[in-house]
Amino acid sequence: MSYGKKDLISIRDLTKSDMLYFLETAKEFKKISLKDIKKVPTLRGKTVINLFYEPSTRTKASFEIAQKRLSADSLNIVISQSSVTKGETLSDTVLNLESMKPDAFVVRHYDSGAPYLVSRITNAVTINAGDGINEHPTQCLLDIMTILENKKDINSLKVAIIGDIYHSRVARSDIYGLLKFGANIYLYGPYTLLPKFIEVENNVKVAKSMEEALKDADVIIMLRIQKERMSLNFIPSIEEYRSFFKLTKDLMFLARKDAIVLHPGPVNRDTEISGEIMNSNRSVILKQVENGIAVRMACLYILLGSRSKTI
Amino acid sequence: MRKLLIKNGVVIDPVSKTEVNRDIYIEDGVIKNTAGTKRGISGKDTEVIDASNLLVLPGFIDMHVHLREPGFEYKETIQSGMESAIAGGFTSVCCMPNTNPVNDNKEINTFIINKAKAAGLINLWTIGAISKNNGGVRLSNIAELKESGAVAVSDDGKPVEDSSLMAKALLYAKTFDMPVISHSEDIKLRSKGIMNEGVISLRLGVHGIPRVAEEIAIFRDIRLAGYYNAKIHIAHISTKGSVNIVRQAKKAGINVSAETCPHYFSLTEEALLQYNTNAKINPPLRTKDDINSIKEGLADGTIDVIASDHAPHSEDEKNTTLDEAPFGIIGLETSLALTLRLFHEKTVSMMDIAMLMSLNPAKILNLKGRGGIQNGFTGDITIVDSDKKWFYRKENIKSLSKNSPFIGENFRGKALYTIVGGKVFKL
Repeated sequence: MSYGKKDLISIRDLTKSDMLYFLETAKEFKKISLKDIKKVPTLRGKTVINLFYEPSTRTKASFEIAQKRLSADSLNIVISQSSVTKGETLSDTVLNLESMKPDAFVVRHYDSGAPYLVSRITNAVTINAGDGINEHPTQCLLDIMTILENKKDINSLKVAIIGDIYHSRVARSDIYGLLKFGANIYLYGPYTLLPKFIEVENNVKVAKSMEEALKDADVIIMLRIQKERMSLNFIPSIEEYRSFFKLTKDLMFLARKDAIVLHPGPVNRDTEISGEIMNSNRSVILKQVENGIAVRMACLYILLGSRSKTI
Repeated sequence: MRKLLIKNGVVIDPVSKTEVNRDIYIEDGVIKNTAGTKRGISGKDTEVIDASNLLVLPGFIDMHVHLREPGFEYKETIQSGMESAIAGGFTSVCCMPNTNPVNDNKEINTFIINKAKAAGLINLWTIGAISKNNGGVRLSNIAELKESGAVAVSDDGKPVEDSSLMAKALLYAKTFDMPVISHSEDIKLRSKGIMNEGVISLRLGVHGIPRVAEEIAIFRDIRLAGYYNAKIHIAHISTKGSVNIVRQAKKAGINVSAETCPHYFSLTEEALLQYNTNAKINPPLRTKDDINSIKEGLADGTIDVIASDHAPHSEDEKNTTLDEAPFGIIGLETSLALTLRLFHEKTVSMMDIAMLMSLNPAKILNLKGRGGIQNGFTGDITIVDSDKKWFYRKENIKSLSKNSPFIGENFRGKALYTIVGGKVFKL
């Protein structure tokens, strides 16, 4: 198998077999993280620039560790300490960094579509680490990897995605990725937080209640609710959100006995999901984080090194 | 076991669309075997009402009243408002949230509901606020309001000016199947206006309210509801243009319902001559042309509901200039009589009245088992003598406030019994 494209920006650019190729590769890389010496020389001599315009803990750490374990030289541009604060535009920043001959940019940006702008400017590989409310393709891959570790097949599984779908790049990438695997997707949240035209996608349904979304679900993906959503009246209050949209133990009984619960983090414990569920064996939230490194190693490997080297 | 037999009345049931001379039997507050058989009715413990030559209608529901408790008990209390409603033939009222404090939370909502229950008179349903403190800035906890008993949300008295907030309110309320009632008004266009902008406002030399201030806002709210596929109820429409906008929206398939008030088909702006503050209402009284359109809208089903917008204000508050007097008139005790004028002039049928004043409000507010005379429905009944002549005297008004432009008028038609869950209030 191979992957012909230069970048990884949207999960929609990947076919199901592309995704399987990434996941198979990730499975191999996962083993490296379990070894005593967690480093291979695969990307020696490659320079990767992590360009993060938004705060990030998980994704940034995950990409950095992935780069280090593959022996790439990585560089973190901390935006708050960069020329951006002096007014430099994104394209000028990238053009300047481009002159330093990097092999890849990993881009996290608050504007949707920013990675496309980066990709147009640079010859280096561009990997989207989350753009605005648009997409987060590596999160989708690690979510699918985590699901496939627990379920034989995604085809016909009922996947409930609950919470702030509208502002969630994770939800968008997950929806497009999971659809290619044949999942039946049920979305639920306050209707203020559901994208208006989402039901044009086949096999995506907006549920009328928590109960409908969770009934016989195989996979439950809970999303983070941000306090800031109150200021534009997407929700009246966090208290009310907690009362009506939190995943509780009682609601879990509606799902299948072997249902698993995912969350992209960071979690507001006991706001969108009860601590009890997070601590239970139904939660695969920490598995997602573990798989995140393997998936990002696979992405870097496939995009940067697979043509000339083997693992 | 409490048993009530209503004999020989003309029973008008809008659910089955039937108008037949028959008996009704109510046991433990619930209507039984209304098909006409008298199974199970025996013994001296059955209370009997002879309804010969009378009309037996499903209990009237006024979905738009202002009871002033908490905060303005000198204008009206929950108790006095309910007594006024009984006198007018209403078995249910829905009270708007613009009390002080505003009913925008569980505590106030529960206070009002418990107070009404303790009074033990008629049914009261609360309407919660769309925005916190009716401030038009922050959404109130609509799900919490619903869970604690509110049947709809509205910022009535004020419009939701911010289109984004209205959009969010429609979507958020839709999540919980909570009806949104719009007080549609472009308040900046109303500005200092106190009556309809027209010849009379010109002659009185007062600031007018352009009719478009209502129509623009109705149009916006209907378009928002259409775009977001949400449900909306437009309160107190008063102009020809508003009737036309609602009619077209219904034709286009938008989930809109509309209400008008008896004064909008009974009085024109001329009622404000002599600077009569008891005719100062918002939206304002309009013209003969508007009255005709409102009547057409009632006859063809464009307007779904007649509600009183009962808005009590004390005599002191109204005993001032037009500019200073507050907007609003009382209406619970004249609503039926004014509507019966439409019946007598053959604009609407008695079946229409049963729809406009009972079934449609029940449907709009999802009140189950109300609005019809059906087996298993709650025993809420209003018995009406459509020909009874009476004179509206200030001394007889049950409401604490007396701000009505109809005092001193002769009426034909009156409720004789208001029956709430089988409990009889003889008038």
